[in-house]
Amino acid sequence: MSIQADLQLRRGEFALDVHLDVLERGISAIFGPSGCGKTTLLRAIAGLEPAVRGTLKVNGETWQDADHFVAPHRRPIGYVFQEPSLFAHLDVRGNLDYGLRRLRGKARQDSLQQAVELLGIGHLLARQPQQLSGGEQQRVAIARALAVSPALLLLDEPLAALDRERKNEILPYLDSLQRELGLPMLYVSHSRDEVARLADHLILMGDGLVQHSGPVAELFARLDLALAQEPDAETVIEAEVAGYDPEYQLNWLDFPGGRFIVAGKPLPKGRRVRLQVMARDISLTLEHQRMTSILNIFPATVEQIAATGVAQVNVRLRVGNTPLLARVTRKSADALGLQPGKSVYAQVKSVALLV
Amino acid sequence: MTPLENDLTALFITLKLAALTTLVLLLVGTPIAWWLARTRWRFRFLIEAMVALPLVLPPTVIGFYLLLMLGPEGPLGMLMQALGGQSLAFTFSGLVIGSVFYSMPFVVQPLQGAFAAIGARPLEVAATLRASPLDRFLTVALPLARNGFLTAAVLGFAHTLGEFGVVLMIGGNIPGSTQVISIAIYDHVESLEYVRAHWISAGLLLLSFALLMLVYALNRRFSLVRA
Repeated sequence: MSIQADLQLRRGEFALDVHLDVLERGISAIFGPSGCGKTTLLRAIAGLEPAVRGTLKVNGETWQDADHFVAPHRRPIGYVFQEPSLFAHLDVRGNLDYGLRRLRGKARQDSLQQAVELLGIGHLLARQPQQLSGGEQQRVAIARALAVSPALLLLDEPLAALDRERKNEILPYLDSLQRELGLPMLYVSHSRDEVARLADHLILMGDGLVQHSGPVAELFARLDLALAQEPDAETVIEAEVAGYDPEYQLNWLDFPGGRFIVAGKPLPKGRRVRLQVMARDISLTLEHQRMTSILNIFPATVEQIAATGVAQVNVRLRVGNTPLLARVTRKSADALGLQPGKSVYAQVKSVALLV
Repeated sequence: MTPLENDLTALFITLKLAALTTLVLLLVGTPIAWWLARTRWRFRFLIEAMVALPLVLPPTVIGFYLLLMLGPEGPLGMLMQALGGQSLAFTFSGLVIGSVFYSMPFVVQPLQGAFAAIGARPLEVAATLRASPLDRFLTVALPLARNGFLTAAVLGFAHTLGEFGVVLMIGGNIPGSTQVISIAIYDHVESLEYVRAHWISAGLLLLSFALLMLVYALNRRFSLVRA
């Protein structure tokens, strides 16, 4: 997927001025605080904001420039709104068929079948939208968007209106969508957790501007961004299941830089997983501790140090090729003599398996 | 014509007038209501006020100006004559035109309310599901506004049934052609035929009541319009 956007909108106090050039597979998250223009950008890409000026090219096709405006119904997208917005006058099947029936040429019936199976809504087809729970409605809305076989799926905070339980109900479906269909997605969110869990690529927005854009693992570990200043600063690491220790029930998860050992049920070998390491769960030592209960200890190099608050510092480490963020007290940093280039050992006290 | 035949003819003309007026109003009023519900034009209130005028004006005022417009000296009347027809004053066609103006708010306002209640979202969803603007209107806006259409049709029909002042001004009182039921009642009272006046009046009362009951019952059963 490639998106080249150069879009402007002025509406009262609010101004959007976006320059964006992404060329990514997988899920790209548009992340930022409320009111920063995330949704407006997504709507502009869908063609739902006719007042937006500028140029927009997706996968090499011009969707908007000074002379052209491709109407929304002619853009090969799927769109999931924050509220499920199912058609109240149609049952679930009618909602799912609505877009499918409008596909020209030989409609891919299997795209609907696949979406229904992936989202687990086969048993709901004859129901009316009002009879479904919020989570079920949103799953139907996602399947409805998938049924038109979009080249790009746009999701506008699809989980924001749901409680935690419903979120956890839908997140695995979004994960599997990506894995099974390989469909490029643009995902608007203001939740770090969702971004950490789902996104491969991160587009940081603020005040109507795109401030940074890059791989999630890189941006989460950047000390100069607000992300690292939050109490729950974290690093996201992609790993692959390398094996299993049945005696102790431990998964071996390899990443460029070492191997994480994580307790749990055996995962299929070769499966890609995502690990979340909180910066506050890492402690640093100068020597490799042998007699310790901590399983995950990696040799690392200090890249950069930045204060966060008055008593603590963020330390950006590199483990092999992988950036890793640690948070320690300023006192400890001084005691260890931490400075860029210094070799340390990172002891990871806990690690969360996100998938 | 016997008095009974005369009354039946007046009733028939009234029903025909109301049905035709309702049909014309649904065709003309739907685009107006759709536009009013969706436009961001800042002077929209001008059109809304014009549509609402018949609610407050004495029907004789509307009838008077329509008579000037439709009569042999009026612009519409001259146009009709230039096209080889006759002036529309004192004809059934003239009555339909007058009734369309007179009942306009009763059709446009419920439709506008119904369209506004749908909001932009379902139409945006339809757009992202490959539906063209006309397609969206036909397959999303119309079914979701179904209740508004029922209300509009019944109110437009019922209001035209009870029309008096406009009809008297531009249609006159020609039995078998432009005499409607409300004027027949007036004639009966004038000539002290109270029993006949009773029959028709009570019939009209019941019919109007039944129609309005239908409107309110439907509005209770479907919550779509009030969302």
